[in-house]
Amino acid sequence: MSTYSASKAVALAQSAEEGAAIAGQPLSLPVSLSSGGTGVFASLAWVGFGVSCLWWQDIGDWSRTHQLAAAAFVMSGGIFLATVAGSRLGQFNAGLQRRAPWLLASALFLTLWEVATAKLAWLPLPFFPPPQSIIEVYTDDLPKLLDSIFASVKLQLGGYVIGATVGFLTGVSIGWSRSVGYWVHPVLRFIGPLPATAWLPIAFFTFPSSWSASTFLIALATGFPVTVLTWSGVASVSYAYYDVARTLGARPWFLVLKVAIPAALPHVFVGLFMGLGSSFAVLVVAEMIGVKAGLGWYLQWAQGWAAYANMYAALIVMSLLCSGAITLLFRTRDRLLIWQKGVVKW
Amino acid sequence: MVALAVAEQDLTSAGASLDVEGVSHAFDIDGTVLPVLDDVSFGVKPGEFVALLGPSGCGKSTLLRLVAGLEPPRAGTLREDGDPIRGPFPSRVVVFQDPTLFPWRNVWDNVALGLEAQGILKSQLHRVDAAIDLVGLSGFHKAYPHQLSGGMAQRVALARALVNDPKILVLDEPLGKLDSLTRITMQAEIASLWQRKGFTTLLVTHDVEEALFLANRVIVFSDRPARIKADIAVDRPYPRHRGDPKLAELRRNILGLLGLDATW
Repeated sequence: MSTYSASKAVALAQSAEEGAAIAGQPLSLPVSLSSGGTGVFASLAWVGFGVSCLWWQDIGDWSRTHQLAAAAFVMSGGIFLATVAGSRLGQFNAGLQRRAPWLLASALFLTLWEVATAKLAWLPLPFFPPPQSIIEVYTDDLPKLLDSIFASVKLQLGGYVIGATVGFLTGVSIGWSRSVGYWVHPVLRFIGPLPATAWLPIAFFTFPSSWSASTFLIALATGFPVTVLTWSGVASVSYAYYDVARTLGARPWFLVLKVAIPAALPHVFVGLFMGLGSSFAVLVVAEMIGVKAGLGWYLQWAQGWAAYANMYAALIVMSLLCSGAITLLFRTRDRLLIWQKGVVKW
Repeated sequence: MVALAVAEQDLTSAGASLDVEGVSHAFDIDGTVLPVLDDVSFGVKPGEFVALLGPSGCGKSTLLRLVAGLEPPRAGTLREDGDPIRGPFPSRVVVFQDPTLFPWRNVWDNVALGLEAQGILKSQLHRVDAAIDLVGLSGFHKAYPHQLSGGMAQRVALARALVNDPKILVLDEPLGKLDSLTRITMQAEIASLWQRKGFTTLLVTHDVEEALFLANRVIVFSDRPARIKADIAVDRPYPRHRGDPKLAELRRNILGLLGLDATW
């Protein structure tokens, strides 16, 4: 009985093995293709996009249609070669594999966009410019765009750094000292929740220049969340940590710098993220209303001239800058708060 | 005889004496005064190991906070080597029930905390390594607290205290939250550390066996507000054995003092 069942089990195992081998046979040959299948499709989709640029006549007058098609073909070729080269590219290939679905989807989106605007005009034209007209902005209006980017980054960076520094110091002081808290807390309560943009009219005539006014407003928008979260972070540090440090001979400054601040840092970063978000809003509004430079101003200016392609172009740059700034902040946090990785779920 | 005298001298140089004179303390809880210590007096000789035993919540830990200088007593004085205790000082280091390691510092940096706070770390780096070796965590310098087990974390806390070369080591139920096997191991380690280093040790515990295994003297406290009920000398040589019939007898006496002898 037992031998029978054993042999049966062996037979079963054997047949299962064979089945696997058979199943594996047709799979094993184009395995690089199948894992890179999405890559091949993405490559084809980019060809499709390039073809869609050339197939129909443009219904408007755009000078970059052919270059756009050429770029699409280059992109397609690049994706195809990388997919075929497969594992020989190592890390790069892994990244490509991961992004292949997005490459495919973006090609499809661009094709749809191209056809719906430049070719068949499903969308009303001046308001929905085709991809090539946005490319045209980047190539032909580059100096002005770069100036605007530079102005925006300068303004944002200055205001943010000032706001974050002042907010952090204020937060630590009111979290640490009861008497500082007594005076600052009501002021914070009264002024903090006010949207920074509400100060705009006052700021623009009290400050000597629109640039300094905007810096102030951005600093204000950043400072409030940073202050509140730093304060709550410092205030929520466990007494046990201070007791430990004090018995080991720590003086008050050590308690602030080496106990309170590191313990509060996770909160501080939440404040920095919130401050970054609200300061972007203030930046754009300030540039649209008062400052004669920057991406917000460029947007406003483009709208005045009904240059919708320029607006989209500026909007794309703006979103890249904002998400770049957020990513940078995330990277900084990951570096500084590496110890949190095992403590909380990120 | 000579060797004994030398050993005696070593003990006195490493440890400090501690005098608790008529100490009373109370807490304000929502306006009502809750007395926790009532006229407590006792002396600890340099290098002595004294266990403070009493029911949970009787005020033993409060007494340790006073010894550490974290709070001033409402009445009475505490003296280290004859000088009144006015605040925390690294010659009196506390190991708390929770390891309370700083989660943002790795093991090495946690142990280095005391030297860093006193501003002498740069010239004393080797002491940190030595303290980590002493508690048997040599391979874990770079580990963060969340990567350690409860016993390892408490060892780090012990190293963080010992790196300061304390004259009085204050242990506030340091093994209370560990599993029983780790606890037994660490009791033996604490005993041998104390014998080697010779610091005065004050241990708060509610584990009678632990107190008898480690201490020269066991001071038994009453319920809150804590008064001294008995001061019992444990005159047995080290290393001690848990099965020692003398200790069993003392244990029975102490449980009797705590009103728990019915189950024995």
